[in-house]
Amino acid sequence: MTVKHAGLRLIDEKGLRHDGRRPDELRPVAMRVGVLSNADGSALFEIGKTKVLAAVYGPREPPQRHTMLPDRAVLRVRYHMAPFSTMDRKSPAPSRREIELSKVIREALEPVVIAELYPRTAIDVFVEVLQADGGTRTAGVTAASLALADAGIPMKGLVAGVAVGKVDGVIVLDVDELEDSAGEADLPIAAAPDIGLITLFQLNGVLSRQELEEAVEMGLSAIRRLVDMEKETLRSSVTVMPGE
Amino acid sequence: MPRLRGRIVVPGDRLPPEVKGPEEYLVRIGDAVTPAVVGLLESGSKPSFVPLTSIYIPSPGDVVIGLIESQGVMNWFVDINSPYQAVLNVQDFLKRQYNPAIDDLSRFLQIGDYIIAKVQSFDRTRNPVLTVSEEGLGRIVEGKVVEISPAKVPRVIGRKGSMVNSLKELTGCDFLVAVNGRIHVRCPNEDLEAISILAIKMIEREAHTTGLTNRVKRFVEEEKKLRGV
Repeated sequence: MTVKHAGLRLIDEKGLRHDGRRPDELRPVAMRVGVLSNADGSALFEIGKTKVLAAVYGPREPPQRHTMLPDRAVLRVRYHMAPFSTMDRKSPAPSRREIELSKVIREALEPVVIAELYPRTAIDVFVEVLQADGGTRTAGVTAASLALADAGIPMKGLVAGVAVGKVDGVIVLDVDELEDSAGEADLPIAAAPDIGLITLFQLNGVLSRQELEEAVEMGLSAIRRLVDMEKETLRSSVTVMPGE
Repeated sequence: MPRLRGRIVVPGDRLPPEVKGPEEYLVRIGDAVTPAVVGLLESGSKPSFVPLTSIYIPSPGDVVIGLIESQGVMNWFVDINSPYQAVLNVQDFLKRQYNPAIDDLSRFLQIGDYIIAKVQSFDRTRNPVLTVSEEGLGRIVEGKVVEISPAKVPRVIGRKGSMVNSLKELTGCDFLVAVNGRIHVRCPNEDLEAISILAIKMIEREAHTTGLTNRVKRFVEEEKKLRGV
């Protein structure tokens, strides 16, 4: 549902957005891995005010044996928004949206996880949104990709996601909550650029063919930058010596 | 300041096509090779990839250290630090027929006991079966068990056993390094046991750096002086 924000200008006369960003600019990004000692792998991803924590457990024997697959590990993803993640309290019970986003994130990760190495096991990915300000599903994909790599789950490449949108007729990168609700279109994309795969592609709203091409180009370029940051984060998590 | 033994590579990075390493952790798409996990690319005449993390998958003949997790009617279920829970049959342990009406399983092995066992069979369609019917296998009755990442086991052993042998010489302890990342340590006293465990944890932490054997030696000698042993 689109909330109308009458009279609100999202792009000013200089072509800048309501928070001062250029149309092709990401919000400030921060990434950390190994933030939870109980999990096999974990990551905290922040983009602007959106903060997402991901934890990975496994491969391990699933408690419900009927969920096992004989030829590969089953990837189980739970996307959940903390009750304190939004301005109004969010019910902690899983909503229809959260169930759908769990599936969408799982499908964005499945093409890169080499699940065939661990038949009859489960890899559990928990994506917890700590603070929501737009782009939580794509932030969830990025955090989960980092957490999987941190857990040592074999992957063909890293995945990252970003939401591109259209506000006041302009294609903009990394839409926040206000731009998402007041804008004309929202296009979350996730990709594994190292193996040339787009793993998540959704569109809410209307874009012309030309706008779509521009949006995809903008999104993929940002994803390449995010994946490079992921790699740097993983490298520095290893190279930093204990006690430093 | 210790230096890295190579370059840290992560999934998606390009590796030289002739790179050697565990095939399950190397992804080959056409001519391109990428690591599937975070690891170290040791360059030289023959570039090799060493994963920094790994998940232990049992293989028949492996000697493992297992932790008894639960018991069935005729068997124990054993955690071998792997995604697959292992099974140890009671006849194998007792080396005789077992009668559940007379014998009580918990008299022989209790939940929480550690065992040294050999993987008898495993083919990914069924869980691994263990055996303890060979010399040196069975319940661990003394010492301590230390757990490290299975990927760091080769570093604890060292080239031709150099690291573990130097630890043995320096501490006088006995080490059994199992492939599943568990190490059984038996020492003459508690101080040496603590030093050995700290040294093993140091090797695990700094496995990807150069000059580790000398640093470990220095560490053990300093600790021995400090503790007066």
